[in-house]
Amino acid sequence: MNNKRGSKLITSPYLLWSLLFIIAPMFFVVYYSFTTETGAFTLEHIASLGKYAAIFARSIWFGVLATLICLLISFPVAYFIANSGSNVQRTLVALVMLPMWMNFLIRTYSWMSILQDTGIINTFLGKIGIGPFRLINTPGAVILGMVYNFLPFMILPLYSVMAKLDKSVIEAAQDLGGSKVTVLRKVIIPLSMPGIASGLTMVFVPSVSTFYISQKLGGGSFDLIGDVIERQFQQAYNYNLGAAISLVLMVLILLSMAFLNRFTSDEEGMVI
Amino acid sequence: MEQKIIIDLKNISIKFDEEQVLTDLNLFIRDGEFVTLLGPSGCGKTTTLRIIAGFLEPDTGEVLFDGKRVNEIPPHKRQVNTIFQRYALFPHLNVFDNVAFGPRVKKMPAAEVKEKVEEMLALVNLKGFEKRNINSLSGGQQQRVAIARALANEPRVLLLDEPLGALDLKLRKDMQVELKSIQERLGITFIYVTHDQEEALSMSDNIVVMDEGVIQQIGTPTDIYNEPKNAFVADFIGESNILNGIMRQDYCVDFSGQRFECVDSGFAKDEPVDVVVRPEDIEVVAPEQGMLRGVVTSVVFRGVHYDIIVDIKDFKWLIQSTKCPEVDDEIGLVISPDSIHIMKKSVYSGTFGDYSSFSEEFDELSDLSEEEDE
Repeated sequence: MNNKRGSKLITSPYLLWSLLFIIAPMFFVVYYSFTTETGAFTLEHIASLGKYAAIFARSIWFGVLATLICLLISFPVAYFIANSGSNVQRTLVALVMLPMWMNFLIRTYSWMSILQDTGIINTFLGKIGIGPFRLINTPGAVILGMVYNFLPFMILPLYSVMAKLDKSVIEAAQDLGGSKVTVLRKVIIPLSMPGIASGLTMVFVPSVSTFYISQKLGGGSFDLIGDVIERQFQQAYNYNLGAAISLVLMVLILLSMAFLNRFTSDEEGMVI
Repeated sequence: MEQKIIIDLKNISIKFDEEQVLTDLNLFIRDGEFVTLLGPSGCGKTTTLRIIAGFLEPDTGEVLFDGKRVNEIPPHKRQVNTIFQRYALFPHLNVFDNVAFGPRVKKMPAAEVKEKVEEMLALVNLKGFEKRNINSLSGGQQQRVAIARALANEPRVLLLDEPLGALDLKLRKDMQVELKSIQERLGITFIYVTHDQEEALSMSDNIVVMDEGVIQQIGTPTDIYNEPKNAFVADFIGESNILNGIMRQDYCVDFSGQRFECVDSGFAKDEPVDVVVRPEDIEVVAPEQGMLRGVVTSVVFRGVHYDIIVDIKDFKWLIQSTKCPEVDDEIGLVISPDSIHIMKKSVYSGTFGDYSSFSEEFDELSDLSEEEDE
């Protein structure tokens, strides 16, 4: 009995926290989405979202691209790290996380100066007589920004699954006649699935909802849904419409997560 | 039964980070044999197996399979399959798909795969387990799946790396019998790695005793037990009293201050030798009837027999007898000529075969350290 009361006491700060900062805000998002400025019930905001369909589509498209590129880069990197010696592993993991110690805004800003028409890349290309190329304010720059910023969120869960992979299982697959490609396809990838699913979610969710990257590296010509939401709150002061867009975005993210979760078997679940 | 040689290891040496693991190892294995590599942890037996499987390439020496050099051939192209220490089953596949892995990689048609898997599961008594999840199986069942999976590939040689190490004693004994009968039915070569001498003695056609990366002795189980080549082999296989002796002439040896008749010959006159007497070959009699006499210092009941430690001229003898003397009794020992085995002196002389530190606890400690394997 004492124990029960004790554990209640210990968890109460967290319960209070989630009530105040998770449940309540969610409630307000839903509330604002379905009410007018005067507080009357309405479906007007949700109904009006059709005009943002293209932006929703673009956000999801960019998010999917960034996520897939992250996966393609991270899989071999994570595999390499997981199969290095333990000292090398520690160093490489630290290097992967290092950019995260710097402010997100500063990192995105520095990409601006790298990609500008007069930036480092174009200056260098100019010196050897080619270019300049239009790098900044392109869809490519926006996706690059997403990949750069969210790459660690893909590498780390993949690495943590791969580091735990039983080496003898891989040897067994070779032993049974599996070439390198077969072993990768039939053993390493399926066994890395929980990490892949975690990584996909952790990159896709922030990519879809980001606004800063698209403003700075897309130059405002590639509005993402995050930008629209930000404007509703910061400039138009239309909290109700902003909340409605957020709600739909949330539902879309939940749906894509549910889709991803089907890849992981029930027992294993996701890593993070 | 002169079978042709299927695997031939020639002058194999290998180092891991400056540590010499195998030194100039020479070993050939005949087709259809059950060969056991036996030795303590770190003796190089698993390394030898991994060289045959293709997971390791020796620094020097040649690996021949069917007379052809296979040093550079990767594991997936060799006609050998391995049963790993902890089974290494694919956790994301069910029993059927685990066993079907090899045949499917070889692009066998689905109908044949099904037939093959069913045949293999029947062989290891796991019919009806096809759809089961690997994690829902017991250790013994997982072991059987591992065997079926390896055999489904129709290997010429099956490599087994301490396959029964994780099972409890009763199950281990059953699996020993089963493995042996599978080997006899299929007629393929088994190379079995273990540190369990009992397992080696009961299953093998031939035993290769290894220590420190060097082969100490190769022979049939009875040869190895009855005619150990040096003190290490004598001590590792079964229990042994190993004494310093001097060979006076053929069939005549001095040890423990007495002259004994024996059945060994071919030593130089007055050559110092190691004398092995197995504890179960010593007869306990009244002091006045004994060839040797001494005082009992400990008696431990072992079920079938008693372990009796007797102090004779400061050498502690181990005797296994159904008679039960009391501690501090004086008893006599009778040793018949064919119970005495003479060995040449070796680097191991003087390091084994004295039971002065004998205690059950000590026994268990050394067993434990052996189980923490390479």
